[in-house]
Amino acid sequence: MSTDLWVWLAALLTFCIYSFLYRDNPVYKAAEHLFVGVSAAYYLVIYYHNSVLPNLARPLWAAVTEGQHGNFILIIPGILGIFFFLRFFPRGGWLSRWSIAFYVGSGAGLSIPRTMLTRIIQQMQGTMVSFIPTQAWRTLLAEPTIWNGLWLMSVPLAAVGVLCTLSYFFFSRPHRGVLGVTSRIGIVFLMIGFGASFGYTVMARISLLIGRVYFLLSDWLGIIE
Amino acid sequence: MRRQVPLAICFFLGVTMAIQYFIPHRVSLVYGETIRTWYLIVFTFALVLGTGSLIRVHWARIRRRASGWWYSLIAMGGLVLTLAVGFFGGIGQEGLFMKLYNYVQVPLEGTMFSLLAFYIASAAYRAFRARTLEATLLLLAAGIVMLGRVPIGQSIWAGFPRITEWILEVPNLAAKRGIMIGVGLGMISTAVKIILGIERSWIGGGD
Amino acid sequence: MGLFERLMHIDRRIIFLCIALAVLIPFIFPLRLPTYVTRRVKDVYDRIETLTPDDPPVLISIDYDPAAMPELQPMTLAVLRHCFSKDLKVITMTLHQAGPGLALDATSEAAEEYGKVNGIDYVFLGFKPAIAMVIDQMGQDIHRAFPEDYFGTPLSEIPMIADIHTYDDISLIVTFAASAITEAWVAYANGPYQEPVAAGCTAVSATDYYPFLQTGQLFGLIGGLKGAAEYEYLIGVPGRAIIGMDAQSIAHLIIIVFVIIGNVAFFVQRRGAAGGGRRG
Repeated sequence: MSTDLWVWLAALLTFCIYSFLYRDNPVYKAAEHLFVGVSAAYYLVIYYHNSVLPNLARPLWAAVTEGQHGNFILIIPGILGIFFFLRFFPRGGWLSRWSIAFYVGSGAGLSIPRTMLTRIIQQMQGTMVSFIPTQAWRTLLAEPTIWNGLWLMSVPLAAVGVLCTLSYFFFSRPHRGVLGVTSRIGIVFLMIGFGASFGYTVMARISLLIGRVYFLLSDWLGIIE
Repeated sequence: MRRQVPLAICFFLGVTMAIQYFIPHRVSLVYGETIRTWYLIVFTFALVLGTGSLIRVHWARIRRRASGWWYSLIAMGGLVLTLAVGFFGGIGQEGLFMKLYNYVQVPLEGTMFSLLAFYIASAAYRAFRARTLEATLLLLAAGIVMLGRVPIGQSIWAGFPRITEWILEVPNLAAKRGIMIGVGLGMISTAVKIILGIERSWIGGGD
Repeated sequence: MGLFERLMHIDRRIIFLCIALAVLIPFIFPLRLPTYVTRRVKDVYDRIETLTPDDPPVLISIDYDPAAMPELQPMTLAVLRHCFSKDLKVITMTLHQAGPGLALDATSEAAEEYGKVNGIDYVFLGFKPAIAMVIDQMGQDIHRAFPEDYFGTPLSEIPMIADIHTYDDISLIVTFAASAITEAWVAYANGPYQEPVAAGCTAVSATDYYPFLQTGQLFGLIGGLKGAAEYEYLIGVPGRAIIGMDAQSIAHLIIIVFVIIGNVAFFVQRRGAAGGGRRG
């Protein structure tokens, strides 16, 4: 069993949260609020040490004391940042829109070509290439097994699945006739995909519990290595 | 003017940052670097603002002695202590700041999320029903993946991991790619609407 | 009340207790089930295996919070141990605001095990907000995105990273994230700069990244605690992930049994109600 008071504190807080499983209670609420306060302060301290100091304060200080006059331009984003806090004042609140416009506009512009490349063009490329599964052919010829034969048939099947899934999300026409058939096939692919996601989600949640149990049994009680 | 100027800023930056990607000229690269450096600084203040709002809410509750105000006192107490320790004690690994992180924040956050394991089991028992063909497909896929992705599944039948791999690499890939393309088109159209000023919710109300 | 009706209305705290026991008992009485390795995890391992100490450093981005720590910390440690065992230079950083503590812990723990020195064998850059901008900026100049390391030392004064400026000076990137940060690395590092990227992610997000694997935008994927266990097995250093696999297995079986019981009870009840309706 651990003799470190910090480990005992962590174990106590763990049980405070787990008390919620029996029912909601003041101990759980107190622990929850403690978490809110500590984490908010943690983020503030990290922003200060890792972002404000190295990217703004120290370069400006170097501009004043070491003659790196090019750094004076950082006053502009500094002022834009301060404008955010004018939201709390009725008369100056409209200036905060400039700051929001800055980061909304530049973020939107930056994302357009990269999103187009990553989510659209390269994904379409991957789908089209799948219709001619040369790699799967090579694998089958090198190692002719049932599994590799199944894989050869599956590669273009995935491409068909992509098109059928996309047809399901096309709501400009009623899902009848050919579109009705493809969207039904799309639903089958979607359901299997969501089933896989659900199975993995269960795995993820159980893993979180395993982590806490491991801490209690190993770090706190010392029962396991 | 109080709405036009921000819209103009948004338009100018949006268009220039989108075009900057395609222009390898030195002026374009310097412009892009400058905007990215400024963005880092401006965005930090936006994050700080979020925390400021939290402080306002809890402080107001304490002042008014509203119902449950002692919980807000605990929140503010934790916040003030951590701030003091972090600003004056530093963020080194052996300091009190990191001790608070490792032995207060980590167990609290980790345990809160681990509660989900219990709730997902309860939800799976009560709500996961094979009422329709689609639900049955979902349930079967989930069951196979759950068995195929743990060692006991392979011990029960060596085929589980292979079928799981097939499910992930074929139907799951197809479904997720279809969703990804659709979401990507939505993201791009939203970004274009923001840049062109069609989408203005970020400006807020007032004049 | 019939058996099945009682089963349908069972107190959920009994379900909670079953799950708790399903996780607890395998820790105390381990089954030691054998781990098997999947292709996508092996791809990450094989790629790092090809690197030598003379190659440019590996960039490891530790982008998660304590909520994802049980799944991602073991795989982060496994990859760090792999890199350090091969005497590779490592740069670690984080883009998640709650990540610095975990990133610092993982980096220090692995470095200490292999006798690695900060500034010579590895560098921890710390945290920066604005994910997309930082990743994109690093493609142009890492020193502008991170003027200093986490401890406040200017990068120009750190021997290991003084001449590392862009992704061209980095062998590959491995990102460990519980959120869309993985996609940001693909979109802003792999897309424009063709930098090889591998991902470690929680099981919740793992299924979403298979399209990236097929196109080669990600060269490998370590998904969830199982993926971490596979990597620990590959490097021959068992850790928390392998130990947790027994509990994971039993918990999955229990949940599948719950789902089967729930469905059987549901269908028996439904048939009973329909039969009663016809008789009436």
